[in-house]
Amino acid sequence: MSTEHPDPAAGVGGEVAGGAAPLLEMRSVNAHYGAVHALADVNLAIYQGELVCLLGGNASGKSTTLKTLLGMLKPTSGEVVLDGEVVNDKPTSYRVARGVTMVPENRRLFKRLTVRENLDLGAYLRTDSQQIAADMERVFELFPRVKERLNQKSGTLSGGEQQMVAIGRALMAAPRVLLMDEPSMGLAPALVQQNFELISQIHEAGLTVFMVEQNANMALSIADRGWVLQTGRVVLDDTAEKLLAHPDLQASYLGTAEQ
Amino acid sequence: MVPRTLRRGTPRTGVDWFLTFLRVSALTVVALGLLAFIAQEIDSDNPFARWANPDATGLTGEQFWGLVVSGVSQGAMYGLIALGYSMVYGVLGFINFAHGEVFMVGAMTGMITSNKLADAGMWESNFIGSLVLIVVVSVIVCSLTAVIMERVAYRPLRGQPRLIPLITSIGVSFFIQNASIVLLGPAAKAYPDVPDWVKTKHTFLQIEGSRILVILVAAASMICLWYVVERTKSGRAMRAVAEDSEIAALMGIDVNRTIVKVFALGGAMAGMAGILWGILFRSVIHSTGFLPGIKAFSAAVVGGIGHLGGAMTGGLTIGVAESVGPLVILEPLGVSGVSQLRDAVAFAVLIGVLLLRPSGIFGERLPAEDRT
Repeated sequence: MSTEHPDPAAGVGGEVAGGAAPLLEMRSVNAHYGAVHALADVNLAIYQGELVCLLGGNASGKSTTLKTLLGMLKPTSGEVVLDGEVVNDKPTSYRVARGVTMVPENRRLFKRLTVRENLDLGAYLRTDSQQIAADMERVFELFPRVKERLNQKSGTLSGGEQQMVAIGRALMAAPRVLLMDEPSMGLAPALVQQNFELISQIHEAGLTVFMVEQNANMALSIADRGWVLQTGRVVLDDTAEKLLAHPDLQASYLGTAEQ
Repeated sequence: MVPRTLRRGTPRTGVDWFLTFLRVSALTVVALGLLAFIAQEIDSDNPFARWANPDATGLTGEQFWGLVVSGVSQGAMYGLIALGYSMVYGVLGFINFAHGEVFMVGAMTGMITSNKLADAGMWESNFIGSLVLIVVVSVIVCSLTAVIMERVAYRPLRGQPRLIPLITSIGVSFFIQNASIVLLGPAAKAYPDVPDWVKTKHTFLQIEGSRILVILVAAASMICLWYVVERTKSGRAMRAVAEDSEIAALMGIDVNRTIVKVFALGGAMAGMAGILWGILFRSVIHSTGFLPGIKAFSAAVVGGIGHLGGAMTGGLTIGVAESVGPLVILEPLGVSGVSQLRDAVAFAVLIGVLLLRPSGIFGERLPAEDRT
């Protein structure tokens, strides 16, 4: 697929030259949980500056894809390539240090820790204290509310504020590609809207975003491209507009995922 | 035990009435005992006090103060040991019953080192210096013991139901006790004699030097531990792993290394407590770790397991209760042979707290999901 990837939509920070190598890539990856074949020959390529999404219903392999990209699950065959380097055998911390960061499903903040401690933990592997302080300021610029709540236990925050802290925590790792696991999960409809606005906002600030979502309409409304996963197989791979118009997606997938 | 919030609104069963009865009677016994004690202290011929226990003699102010001080110093040691139970429970979700043996290893190490120093003449000539030395040796040995224990016995069981490491820890406990018998023999061993200023009561507050030493050293250790856990990057990683080890790993934290640090810190605190025990009682045997270990575990539960301040508070509560309780609550009620009832009182405190507040003094509601 890397041979003919579509151009990212307009307004994206990085211009992708025709021959540029993907930032993060899966090459014919197979993954198993015991005897269960969770991913079958999955090919994904995420380029610098894109906002792309992986769509699929329950048990389609979305979370497995994220786990494989982060090194929490080892593929049985195929390659996970980060910035040209095969990282199949590298631990999560290695990949985090090289710019792969995830905002987990349901935020998963450290609720008993303060907001500041949560943000500091995001920068756990970094040692460049000046740059960390600068990134913290950037998070405050994006989310002024976070600054107000800095010394509060993060569990006392509202759902929307927690989402900001979760994204802020991920930004503190100075990611090159941000993985978002089901950003619409477990949030009230108004917050889902706000959350997708946050994602486009940080994407417009220049960050590459890979989003895993069940809510296809919502995700495709802000994404450049997308894939549809069904029982561990990529069944559709196209630009957001074409996917939205695709009869198969409408028929088989959106019917169940629409909110 | 089902949290009370879940039971609210559901019909009360016989068990609930029984628990209520237990709660009320426990509070009644404590209240009556205290009342009789106070009545007795105000006027030894008080009819209520006479009725409660005709033979009661009461306590002088000095006796009472002595009991409180010995309770606080004993409780400080329980608190130090309790920190290890609490921290390991925090990150791994199981009770490491072998932790009391780490404390015993600390007391044994102190005994061996101090006797060597006494042979060399340094113990008498430079007591404080020797003390610092045995503390350092004991802290290192105990940290290593705890770390090896984690590596050999618990890490291979990571991810198993938490009952499995718990049973294993009982096995580790037997192993360490028996290793001590094999290496050092089954007889009780003595610490060398300590200088007079440690043994005698000082005009300052009428406290023995050893008890002042214990309280000061325990307080200093707890402050150090608090600093490490609350103010350093490693400590932040420990708290993150305790709350959600999966997400902690996602932040790039090395979860295994963090768990090792937790065991090392808990072991260091137990080693410290072992030395203090040796200075206070000057005798150590392979079973020394058992009762203080169980009481420290009770202290951790009383304070709210997983909570550092709770471990200290629980330790002090149990220490003071077992020291003061028999003479202040049981004696005025006419119970005989009260000085033998220290241990009973200590565990009664545990049961009492569990009846009234199942999550402990500072405890939050425990997470519902099974973590191992």
